[in-house]
Amino acid sequence: MKAESKSVTWADDIYRALLQVGIRQVAYVPDAGHTHLIQQCHANDRMKTVSLTTEEEGVAMLAGAWLGGDRGALLMQSSGAGNCINMLSVIQECRFPLLMLITMRGEWGEFNPWQLAMGQSTRRVLEDIGIVAQHVDDAARVGENVFAAAQMAFSANRAVAVLIGQRVVGFKDWSK
Amino acid sequence: MSAQKAQPTLDRREVVKAILDRRGDALVVTGLGSSSYDAGAVADDARTFYLWGGMGGAAMIGLGLALAQPARRVIVITGDGEMLMGLGSLATIGAERPANLSIVVIDNELYSETGMQPTHTSRGVDLAGMAKAACFATALTVNTSQELSAAIDAIYETNGAVFVAVKVDAARYPMQLRLRDGTHIKNRFREAVLGSKAFD
Repeated sequence: MKAESKSVTWADDIYRALLQVGIRQVAYVPDAGHTHLIQQCHANDRMKTVSLTTEEEGVAMLAGAWLGGDRGALLMQSSGAGNCINMLSVIQECRFPLLMLITMRGEWGEFNPWQLAMGQSTRRVLEDIGIVAQHVDDAARVGENVFAAAQMAFSANRAVAVLIGQRVVGFKDWSK
Repeated sequence: MSAQKAQPTLDRREVVKAILDRRGDALVVTGLGSSSYDAGAVADDARTFYLWGGMGGAAMIGLGLALAQPARRVIVITGDGEMLMGLGSLATIGAERPANLSIVVIDNELYSETGMQPTHTSRGVDLAGMAKAACFATALTVNTSQELSAAIDAIYETNGAVFVAVKVDAARYPMQLRLRDGTHIKNRFREAVLGSKAFD
């Protein structure tokens, strides 16, 4: 299927961007959209890749990583963004850099109605707590967007979230 | 049940002092509330990261720091209320099996910042039991000064993740920690640990 080969390409582009900016810790709550990237990170011995029970653990973990001199990236699905809000106050108050890569649900072609409330408000709630949120809908531009977001996060000490659109990630065709 | 339960006799400041007296080159993270005030009052140090927010996050900040600095001991000192808000992190840390992370809960069985409401540890919830079930290498509950000194050895010498719940009395102390600016606390810590690389 065409969409599938495309998805592997953009995930590879993200992985290359993470290597390029020297990411040493990766924290994630699994999402189908991040499957390939999570596998690549686990396969790299130079990256400490940690599975979380909930997304805000990753916000705290990557603050600790930065205190110790490591750059990190936090992978999640849009439903996890809501779990992070109060922990992001630590990032904001201390001006920790934070790179969040969020695959979108409830945004485009979503079949599960329960995903819509969080998916439709992900960008707004992140921006409300002061996170720079950058949406990307073109699979070919995902890699460069992640690289640019990492530059801003680690050079300007800011939290930057890249929202990877459901148009890129794909959706389940519930009519079949 | 209450008749069987011994009243805690250890004093939180003395416990934190006994732990920090041995810190050497260890890195310390303190949880929101009294634990931060205790560490600040006992011995302020640039290599202590004091949390004034982010309740439930202290243990995971410790994990990220422990993974970044594998040659040094990382000690998280927090309260029972703060730990209860981040119980999932015990599973994450236990599964990850860091060699150099110790979590110390100063357990007064109370939310002392918000009006002394009882926490679940006052009703039998066993944090060390949870840590043990979550694959921590060592998990202890301390009630006496003798047990404390054995636990301090474990905190500094165990090759693996350590969890210690120290039962303390309900004493409250005036807040002596004057340092509140998060960006300053972060930059001071990084400069002390990373030297000139802190601002790369």
